[in-house]
Amino acid sequence: MAVASLDLREVFLQKLYSIPNGRKVNECIQCGTCSASCPTSHAMDYSPREIIAALRAGMLDRVLRSNTVWLCSSCYSCSVRCPAGIPFTDVMYELKRLGVKHRIGDKGAPNTVMAREFVHLVDRRGRNHEPALIRQYFLHTNPLRALRQFPLALRLWWRGRMPLRGHTIKGAAGLRRMMAAIEENGSK
Amino acid sequence: MSTTVNSNAGASASASTSTRGSDGRVFSYYPGCSQMAMNRAYDVSTRSVAARLGLELVELEDWNCCGATAYVAIREEQAFVLSARNLALAEQAGRPLVTACSGCFVVLNKANKYMAEDPELRSDITRALAAGSMRYRGTVAVRHFLDVVVNDVGEETVRAQVTRPLTGLKVAAYHGCQFSRPFGERADPEFPDTMDRLVNWLGGETVPFALKAKCCGGLMMTTQPDVGRALTGKILKAAKEAGADCVITCCPLCQFNLEGFQRRVGAAVGCDCALPVLYFTQLMGHAFGLDARALALGDSLTPVAELLHREAVHS
Ligand code: SF4
Ligand code: SF4
Repeated sequence: MAVASLDLREVFLQKLYSIPNGRKVNECIQCGTCSASCPTSHAMDYSPREIIAALRAGMLDRVLRSNTVWLCSSCYSCSVRCPAGIPFTDVMYELKRLGVKHRIGDKGAPNTVMAREFVHLVDRRGRNHEPALIRQYFLHTNPLRALRQFPLALRLWWRGRMPLRGHTIKGAAGLRRMMAAIEENGSK
Repeated sequence: MSTTVNSNAGASASASTSTRGSDGRVFSYYPGCSQMAMNRAYDVSTRSVAARLGLELVELEDWNCCGATAYVAIREEQAFVLSARNLALAEQAGRPLVTACSGCFVVLNKANKYMAEDPELRSDITRALAAGSMRYRGTVAVRHFLDVVVNDVGEETVRAQVTRPLTGLKVAAYHGCQFSRPFGERADPEFPDTMDRLVNWLGGETVPFALKAKCCGGLMMTTQPDVGRALTGKILKAAKEAGADCVITCCPLCQFNLEGFQRRVGAAVGCDCALPVLYFTQLMGHAFGLDARALALGDSLTPVAELLHREAVHS
């Protein structure tokens, strides 16, 4: 689905405004505190400050197509330091969802695969199961790289830290009903 | 007092949380998924020290995953449903909710606040919960176990339990990025000192550690190893340079990143990064005289038992 850049901005802002303090994004003074505080901005094609500049310039699609948003680790350094009170971590979450929803950006990027597999597991069981998550992750990215992790996996298994069986909550069916209900009636 | 209210984070003080139905010693305990598998040592040691401190942790019946940082990156309101179900269970049990996982703490605490502040979100979530015959009125307080130990239980009770003081042990108190964020209600979001105070009560000392709240890279150790290794490497390197004998953590992901990849991380930052890494609960339990099994020290990937043994011989 092709979404014109400017439409993308509208879609994005509408979503962001529904988050507590989301409207503060308009008060960004481009000081760059977020970029300087961000532990991963050195690896991002667009730094946090540049993301807001790109938003204003109607160039969000470029940001989404770059390596930027999934390099955010949700550490909240930007949010606690922003002098304008912008919840920037939530801005990053919203961008991640925007890209996923409109299929903009690299669908096969490792972080996206990890997040999707995680959602999958939790939807089914109500809990995450780390050994299963890691297995699914490597299956869907680079199975060969899994070999390099084998010695570590063995050390963990030896210590009982890799239980083979996961747990499914008793309320899994109820949780699925809740998810279906919000899928249908959610206002956001 | 290290209590800081950080207005930048956009928190409102109006969140309707209380500790109704509790005398402050009984909590609904939320272990978190990671403590059921790769980081079970955190669960084991948390329960052991809680018992010593007179805190009753009642595991939250049929709790579900909080969604961590990954679920909300794909679906927003569904992620809030995950938190809300846990909060509803805790409300039913009539006790405040405590977790030792910093990741779970941030997610549950933030969802609780956002639902209190945003009526539209709240009514959406209320309807979703109803579809599973549950409801949440917004009365549960979410706490981190570290915060409870230091700020509720307090110095006197902790000191009274110490039978093996950590004399001469130099500790890097790595709080990680989640523990005091984003709202900083009970510790400074930039320089939390909660674990520093605790180590002091245990008879040890903490080294000056500027990176104590810097991010370890989280899941990136797996998904973007070059970035993850650089971040974790900086932290281990700083701890070594500060002269620490070990690093303590209060988050399962920090713990795993810091202990599990030391050789590769060391190669990435060009320094020997070998250093014992343990949970604050394990260190505290050791000072309380608890044995290796009660603290699951055998789960460690770094020579933690050796460090503590040496420590016990010296003191
Ligand atoms: S810190 Fe806040 S005001 Fe400064 S550039 Fe970043 S978002 Fe804008
Ligand atoms: S929350 Fe994300 S964008 Fe903000 S400082 Fe941390 S990694 Fe950077």
